[in-house]
Amino acid sequence: MKNKPVEKKKPAKSAPVEEVWILRLYVAGQTPKSIAALANLKCICEEYLAGKYQIEIIDLLKNPLLAKGDQILAIPTVVRQLPPPVKKLIGDLANTQRVLVGLDIKTA
Amino acid sequence: MAKLQQAIVLKKCPTGIRGFDEISSGGLPKGRPTLICGSAGCGKTVLAMEFLLRGAIQYKEPGVFVSFEETPKDLTQNFASLGYDLNDLIARKLIAMDHVYIERSEIEETGEYDLEGLFIRLAYAIDSIKAKRIVLDTIESLFSGLTNVGILRAELRRLFHWLKDRGITAVITGESGEKSLTRYSLEEYVADCVILLDFRIREQISTRRLRIIKYRGSSHGADEYPFLIEKTGISILPLTSLLLDHTVSNEHISSGIPRLDNMLAGNGFYRGSTILISGTAGTGKTSFATKFVEAACKRGERCLYLAFEESTNQIIRNMKSIGTDLAPWVKKGRLKFHASRPSLYGLEMHLVTIHKLIVEFKPKIVIVDPVSNLTAVGTPVEVKSVLTRLFDYLKASHVTTLLTDLIHFGSSLERTNEEISSLIDAWILLRDIEINGERNRGLYILKSRGMAHSNQIREVLLSDRGIELVDVYLGPGGVLTGSARATQEAKEKEEARDYQYEVDRRTHEAERKRKVLEAKIEGLRSEFDMESEELHIISADEKKRHKVGIANRSEMARLRKADRSTDSRKKGRKRT
Repeated sequence: MKNKPVEKKKPAKSAPVEEVWILRLYVAGQTPKSIAALANLKCICEEYLAGKYQIEIIDLLKNPLLAKGDQILAIPTVVRQLPPPVKKLIGDLANTQRVLVGLDIKTA
Repeated sequence: MAKLQQAIVLKKCPTGIRGFDEISSGGLPKGRPTLICGSAGCGKTVLAMEFLLRGAIQYKEPGVFVSFEETPKDLTQNFASLGYDLNDLIARKLIAMDHVYIERSEIEETGEYDLEGLFIRLAYAIDSIKAKRIVLDTIESLFSGLTNVGILRAELRRLFHWLKDRGITAVITGESGEKSLTRYSLEEYVADCVILLDFRIREQISTRRLRIIKYRGSSHGADEYPFLIEKTGISILPLTSLLLDHTVSNEHISSGIPRLDNMLAGNGFYRGSTILISGTAGTGKTSFATKFVEAACKRGERCLYLAFEESTNQIIRNMKSIGTDLAPWVKKGRLKFHASRPSLYGLEMHLVTIHKLIVEFKPKIVIVDPVSNLTAVGTPVEVKSVLTRLFDYLKASHVTTLLTDLIHFGSSLERTNEEISSLIDAWILLRDIEINGERNRGLYILKSRGMAHSNQIREVLLSDRGIELVDVYLGPGGVLTGSARATQEAKEKEEARDYQYEVDRRTHEAERKRKVLEAKIEGLRSEFDMESEELHIISADEKKRHKVGIANRSEMARLRKADRSTDSRKKGRKRT
């Protein structure tokens, strides 16, 4: 999965403005908060990161070991894998302003 | 009945921590969370860790250690400091570990959330080793990592219910707060058992204490119990039961000084009693103690000598000066010295060390020289509490304890700094007697429970022949000791000699007089004998003459044939 952004990064060299965003959404089953979080995340990404983002959904109920590896406590959590540094957002992403600050998305 | 019911209602989860299971009557509540709170560095993590380790190793109950603060590397080192190999335990599936890391600066809260992720991690760790115990150290780090306290509190409540439902015995640690037991009032959630650890420093010496604040559905000791963190973990010292029900011995043991035994009703001390030798500096307390030790070693008993003032070698060297050689006994293993500075560690640590030594060495005699040096380490109340426990323990084990107590100049002689006089069975007071510019040592027996002891003062003479007790001079001049006593004795001796001489002289005189008189009597008697002899001869003569006279007269009368007067008869007789 991590190969994909690397491939995409190559063309980014010519255009440094273009960034690749890999966002991981950790959920635990289909809870209302998780569903809301995914919807909110998609919405924000479409608006600010259209065409350069990728969302991975990790269900901890299926992969409980990953919770330890990625230091996940709260559900839902969004982890910005790329671009570095790693950033974490917890909650259902209802507060768009905070999401933008948290993901460090520069708004025009 | 009530007890039976309690046993059914509340099962205990033994911790295996020395002393803890005693004061909590069996351990922590099984299947319930327990809160351990206390300030930084008071031993919360160690207590929790030991609970887990002993559970895993002694009671075959695997445990999960969830650390919110320390990294796995730190934890491995911490476990190693208690003598356990964490990696090995993890490999054997006895311990599982999870490090929960939260950094507020890396987290942005964007709306509603829950801590399901934490639950999943805990569930995974618990299931992976079928854990029965869990430690959350310290869960309140969540409060510093997450801002939404409302959610956190709800989730914590859910967490503890969840742990209870799973029947996991949990230990949660929490830092002490200013107004509440913990900074984030964890005690509100963990209502079953709350243990408070405390870390106090007095006179630069620290003492750790543990108190069970609350234990729902169980009886527990309510006191503050001092505890120690040793190489092997925590050990808590429950104050010994104050029931004075230990069995006593009627056996007597010698004090090592025959004269002193004499003073003690002729037999010495009772075995298992607590003996105090108190006195000002240089009165020979240690000498008495070592004599006692030597006597015990000769009887083949083991002695433990706790020296708080002098080093082992110094004591051995010094005691040679009074003819006591302890070195062979040390070599033979009958005598063990434990020399340490009292301020080396806290009182409780001393107690534990002594405890340990006694358990290991199994002595019959324990010497504490001097017990007064322990006062420097704590308050009188603490010292008394520690000593009470020590003496009780020693008494219960039938160990005879001899303490020396240094009385400082100016303080009352018949009082100990440690207020331990009531714990003492036999009390010997050594004191300086200062007369005529010299100091001498006097010995009294202040008390000796259960025996008719002497009430007399004795003078103590220390020489290379050992300790001698001599009678002091008691006379019109008062109590005299030392050279004054010697002078007085010499004087008396001289007086006695003079008197004897006088008596002899008079006896001789009388004898002589008697002899003279006897001689006189003899002379008189012989004179008398002579007289009576004379008298006898005269009378015999007279008789004869009388006879002859009569014959003559009758012859003459016959011849004259006439009566004559007696005068003429006499004349006529005289003429013939």
